[in-house]
Amino acid sequence: MRVNINVNGEDVTADNVWPGESLLYVLRERLGLPGSKNACEQGECGSCTVYLDDVTVCSCMVAAGQAEGRAVRTVEGLAEGPGKGGDRPLGAVQQAFIEAGAVQCGFCTPGLLVQTDDLLNRTVDAGHGIPTDSEIREALAGNLCRCTGYEKILDAVHLAASRRADTDTAGSPA
Amino acid sequence: MRFLSPSTLQEALEAKAEHPGAVPITGGTDVMVELNFDKHRPEVLLDLTRIPELTHWETTDDGHTRLGAAVPYTRVIAELPTLAPALAKASRTVASPQIRNRGTVGGNLGGASPAGDTHPPLLATDATIELASTRGRRRVKARDFYLSFRTTARQDDELITAILLPTPTGPQHFAKIGTRNAMVIAVTSFALALNGRDRTVGTGIGSAGPTPLRAEAAEDFLTHEIDWDAPGLLPETTVRRFGELVAAAARPIDDQRGSAAYRRHALSVMARRTLTWSITDYRKETAPCA
Repeated sequence: MRVNINVNGEDVTADNVWPGESLLYVLRERLGLPGSKNACEQGECGSCTVYLDDVTVCSCMVAAGQAEGRAVRTVEGLAEGPGKGGDRPLGAVQQAFIEAGAVQCGFCTPGLLVQTDDLLNRTVDAGHGIPTDSEIREALAGNLCRCTGYEKILDAVHLAASRRADTDTAGSPA
Repeated sequence: MRFLSPSTLQEALEAKAEHPGAVPITGGTDVMVELNFDKHRPEVLLDLTRIPELTHWETTDDGHTRLGAAVPYTRVIAELPTLAPALAKASRTVASPQIRNRGTVGGNLGGASPAGDTHPPLLATDATIELASTRGRRRVKARDFYLSFRTTARQDDELITAILLPTPTGPQHFAKIGTRNAMVIAVTSFALALNGRDRTVGTGIGSAGPTPLRAEAAEDFLTHEIDWDAPGLLPETTVRRFGELVAAAARPIDDQRGSAAYRRHALSVMARRTLTWSITDYRKETAPCA
C-alpha cells in the first residue's frame, strides 16, 4: 500500500508498504530517517519516540496506515534549517544533551530528545515554568537509558529548560 | 493482509461484519506488538482512529459520561478526573506518556487481559460497555462483560464503541502494585467506589484471577458497615475485615510477577488503604456546612 505522511514539514510518500508495518519501519527503511531507533518494538524503551500530530508516541506501535495524512516530526526535525542531514545546527535540546554529557552510546538519545522537547513545549513554552525533577522523571519514565544512570540527562533537561525560559523571556514584550 | 481505515462507524461495522476476524486497532499498544514479533497476522487490520464518534466523550441526559472507545488515556486523565475519578486514576498508572497518548479504554477492553488497568474501575463504578454491529447496538454491564481468560461478551462481528460511566456520587480510588511507578503491568490492582446516592459499594480486582473480579462479599459487608448519613471513621476491625474479604475474592496464581500469596496480601493492604482514603473523602463530602 501507499502511505502519504508529512514528515518534518515535508510531504513524502512511501510505496510498497506492508499493511502490518510500523511507522518506525517506514521512517527508517523507506524514508531514510534512521534517527528514530528500533530497540524493543513493544513500547517499553521509548527509543523510537516521534511526534504524531501534536503528541509524542512510540512509532513502533503506530501502524503505517494510521499515519496516513498526518504530521510526523522525528529527531531529525529537531535540528534547525532545511533538509535532513546531520550537518545542520543542533536544536537547543540537542545542544544541551551534548554539553551536559547526557549522551553515551546514543541509542536512547533520539527518543529522549523528542520527549524532552515535548516536555518543554508543555511546561516552559506554555508559561508553566521550568519543570521540576519529578515532572522530568515522569515525562521521561518511558525512555530507558542503560548507560548514563539518568543524572546527566536530568542535568541536560534542566539546562535546556533554563535556556528556553531565557529565550522565551527575551522574545516576549516587556 | 489488508489495512482498512474507515471514516464512519457504519463503514467500520460493515467491514467487521464482512471480516469477523478483522483485528481492530487504535493505540496499537497490544496489536502492533503481536505484528512486530510476528505472533499473529490477521487477515484484516481495522483502524478505528479516524471515526469521530469513537474519539470523543460527552455527558448524557441520563446521568452518564459516554466515553468513546478510542479516546486515549491522556485525555481521560486530563478531561475526566471529576466525571470518572477511578478510571482517570487508573489511566494515570498506564505505562508511559507516549503509551498513554495512544492507548485507549476500548483497547484495554478488547484485549481483556486480567491485568488491564481499566477493568477494576469499570467494575467498581458499575460501568456499561456499548457494543455495536450491523445488527444494532447493545449494552453489557462491565460486571457481565468478562467471561473467562481474555474472553468477553463481545461477538465476532461487534466493535466496542463506548463506555458509559455513571456520574459519581461518592469517592472513588484505585491502587496498583508493581515494581516501579511507570511502565509496569500490575502485579495486582484494586478499585473502590462508594455510591452515596444508592448507598452501595463497588469493588474491582485486577491481575488476581483469570478475569477481572469483584469482591461481592466485601461490597455487601461494607455497605452495611458504613453509616451513610453520618459516616464516622471505621473501626480497625471493620477495615481489616474488608481487606480479608477482598483478598478472599481473588483467584490468583503464582507467576513471574508474583506469588498467589503475595497478591492476596497486597490486595488486602490496597483494600484497607483505598477504604481509608474513601471514608476520609466521604466524611468531608457529607460534613454539614459550617
